[in-house]
Amino acid sequence: MSTHAVDIHANDDGHGHHHKETFVTKYIFSQDHKMIAKQYLITGTLMGIVGVMMSLMFRIQIAWPEEPNILFEALLGKWAPGGVMDADIYLALVTIHGTIMVFFVLTAGLSGTFSNLLIPYQIGARDMASGFINMLSYWIFFVSCIIMMSSLFLEAGPAAAGWTIYPPLSALPMAQPGSGWGMTLWLISMALFIAQSLLGSLNYIVTVINMRTKGMSMTRLPLTIWAFFVTAIIGVVSFPVLLSAALLLIMDRSFGTSFFLSDIFIQGEVLHYQGGSPVLFEHLFWFLGHPEVYIVILPAMGIVSEIMATNSRKPIFGYRAMVASILAIAFLSTIVWGHHMFVSGMNPFLGSVFTFTTLLIAIPSAVKAFNWITTIWKGNLQMNPAMLFSIGFVSTFITGGLTGIIVGDSALDINVHDTYFVIAHFHLVMGISAIYGMFAGIYHWYPKMFGRMMNKNLGYIHFWITAICAYGVFFPMHFIGMAGLPRRYYTNSAFPLFDDLTDVNIVITIFALIGGVVQLVYLYNFFGSIFFGKKATQNPWRSNTLEWTTPVEHVHGNWPGEIPHVYRWSYDYSKPGHDTDFVPQNVPLKEGEEELQH
Amino acid sequence: MTALLTIIIVLFVAVAIWQMVKIFDLAQVSNDTTNNGIATDYDNKINGYLMIAFLAFIYIITIICFVYWGDLPLMSNAASEHGAEIDNLMIISMILIFFVQTVTQFLLHYFAYKYRGVTGRKALYFADNNTLEAVWTIIPVITLAGLIIYGLFTWTSIMNIDEDSDPMVVELYAQQFAWTARYAGQDNVLGMANVRLIDIDKANVLGIDEADPNASDDIIVKELHLVVGQPVVFHIRSQDVLHSAYMPHFRAQMNCVPGMITKFAFTPSVTTKDMRERPDMIDKVQNINNIRAEKSKDLTAKGEEALDPYEFHYLLLCNKICGKSHYNMQMNIIVETQEEYDAWIAEQKTFKESLK
Repeated sequence: MSTHAVDIHANDDGHGHHHKETFVTKYIFSQDHKMIAKQYLITGTLMGIVGVMMSLMFRIQIAWPEEPNILFEALLGKWAPGGVMDADIYLALVTIHGTIMVFFVLTAGLSGTFSNLLIPYQIGARDMASGFINMLSYWIFFVSCIIMMSSLFLEAGPAAAGWTIYPPLSALPMAQPGSGWGMTLWLISMALFIAQSLLGSLNYIVTVINMRTKGMSMTRLPLTIWAFFVTAIIGVVSFPVLLSAALLLIMDRSFGTSFFLSDIFIQGEVLHYQGGSPVLFEHLFWFLGHPEVYIVILPAMGIVSEIMATNSRKPIFGYRAMVASILAIAFLSTIVWGHHMFVSGMNPFLGSVFTFTTLLIAIPSAVKAFNWITTIWKGNLQMNPAMLFSIGFVSTFITGGLTGIIVGDSALDINVHDTYFVIAHFHLVMGISAIYGMFAGIYHWYPKMFGRMMNKNLGYIHFWITAICAYGVFFPMHFIGMAGLPRRYYTNSAFPLFDDLTDVNIVITIFALIGGVVQLVYLYNFFGSIFFGKKATQNPWRSNTLEWTTPVEHVHGNWPGEIPHVYRWSYDYSKPGHDTDFVPQNVPLKEGEEELQH
Repeated sequence: MTALLTIIIVLFVAVAIWQMVKIFDLAQVSNDTTNNGIATDYDNKINGYLMIAFLAFIYIITIICFVYWGDLPLMSNAASEHGAEIDNLMIISMILIFFVQTVTQFLLHYFAYKYRGVTGRKALYFADNNTLEAVWTIIPVITLAGLIIYGLFTWTSIMNIDEDSDPMVVELYAQQFAWTARYAGQDNVLGMANVRLIDIDKANVLGIDEADPNASDDIIVKELHLVVGQPVVFHIRSQDVLHSAYMPHFRAQMNCVPGMITKFAFTPSVTTKDMRERPDMIDKVQNINNIRAEKSKDLTAKGEEALDPYEFHYLLLCNKICGKSHYNMQMNIIVETQEEYDAWIAEQKTFKESLK
């Protein structure tokens, strides 16, 4: 690992302007972690717009299945003849929505943005361990996005086998048109995505371990860094397994091997595959797939912990327990994947084991939730939009997390598996919660990223309407799930049994549409404030972490002079014996002042 | 024309947002002349009250969901013997969840309201407390231990298939996009089968081994009949992609995996006839038929055919994404008495008779 970026400005007197930066090296092929963070954020936002638009389209389809819709005709063209959505494209929308939101928005958009932005800033480093690898990982991500998006324009449509791409459906073009070129592009795109994720994660791990400034011991790290660090480790451990699953699937699809396929008769002929098992694919997929939801949620947890402490003007409650629960969640996340497979045909004894490990995760999760609640107890809460989204995060995390003890219980899962109950559960606990964490992070670190403030009143409107719509969409969904409605149904009208669910589905869709439209307020605020926002001060939230000791104007190497040394943990808010209600990490201990022992 | 309409709608939305933004900007001038993005005491107060309002919203939406849609879940009308156990566990888990949900959401939103920021007040420096940490580690541990043990006993008793007690053996066969069932016949043993033996010309659609003596009395049907009180073991196969045999009324589900046979067993406990006569089922069917009658009015007005009235049936659905018509892969299940079943099965052709 090259560390030249660390030392290169060690003796700088000024603002780093003597570096000749062209437009291309500054804005496009930048190796600066701040610029790469912004690139991830904006790319993730654009992908998010596509993902949310898709969800609105299939929600409209579920609520009003027979009615022609000009929106469909305009956006889907030949896939919505006369404005009526085709059943194959419905499945494609569901598939690409899931893929985009889980990987491109909540993994790359969230982790990529904030790990890149905050790791060097908060540990006191000039940049990432390798700026070049960092740049490389963004551009691989970019190519991966382009390939995924280009699959939308294929003649036969994009991948449509669900974001879990279970073979044989995903392996056989005769089973579904999307399993032709659409699935090929999906697999190539995901292979690149995994590559960028691994490069990024390695960089994060190396940077956190090696490049902390003087005094920044592991027990003084802000919880954000702990979360990003552990997330990167989970990514390095589990993403390669998805890569192997994708490669084996490519072999089955294109080179005639039989890893996942056996005894198949389709369209009047027997295929040659023999001896493979789709259950093997499910194991490989979920070996990443389940840690993946923690890759999504842990950074959000770190962000929320930091923002809640700052805006409560109070130390995070139970720092040690918070770190321990992050580690416990990370460890457990790698041994629970089988809870997605209780009724897959695997040995029921395995189901028992996975029920046990799965329900254990509730313990560190409960600890975290109670610690957040205790953090705001007797605080002096600054209700910035970032704080509102953090409180919203805890609320949806509890609501969604609690139903985890139903879907994680193998006996109960028999009846709710793959119904809307599951959809409601995971959207609340990792979809909405992680998005809230991301919004909270954006509102909080926007001044650091763009040197300007976002408009807080628009932020309030954005939060409250989003919060109401999120519950309006996903709370009733539990009930239609318990009524036995399976997910991924193009229309429910084939079953008169479900006719009495029509009005619930309409209510859900109306909330979804309002919730979708109100994101325009956010987009306006985000992009508008880049140019027209109020100029930010250096430390607008009166925060303790090191990023707020850097100047508002970005300089290459982060600090114009020496890197600050660290003398305390990052949560000395309202510490008795100090005049201000915050004591930044680079302020030495007063005479006789005791540092909190962890 | 549609393109024009779309453009007009987009324009309207843009204008609406622009207007909204202008209103907010004006509002800012009135209550906060230094809008620098940081919350003022006024913001803290407003948002504190909104937190309480939001707490009320969460409670109200919970109540509404239970009042309006709480009767939709099939929680009280399991039609299999193990279904009652699952429902019990479900109800216990739900009570627990709603208790924890109500309390924690209250604490979160109430604290957010109570401790909203006021300039000059100092927060409590309270960073750690081992007793508290221990309390909310140990309480979940005990609660979850109970749930895990209860859950595992239930799971094991459901999944432990006892084939010695001579249950009825039925094969469920899935393909894009239909179900077929095969009864084992007089000998109660299914003939060997593999998709490689499928011979459409001879009407051997399930790939049954014609040379296997156990196969000749097998019976292939498109409607599943079960005997009330008689345990049944399903041997589940798929010929093409993954499907999932989902029978929600029986609390039963198992994936159909090409290349292997998966199993699920249960004992139906309520006949179709008895289920139709239950008061809550009569209400539900009546409600569905009212909805269908409303829809039919619209349809006939458009010159289309009216919908058939709904009559309750137990159902087998596909619950694993399997392609274009995944949403319409169904088979009726009829639970009946032994006599009715015997009469029905006697009318069916055996595999040998059905071969061309």
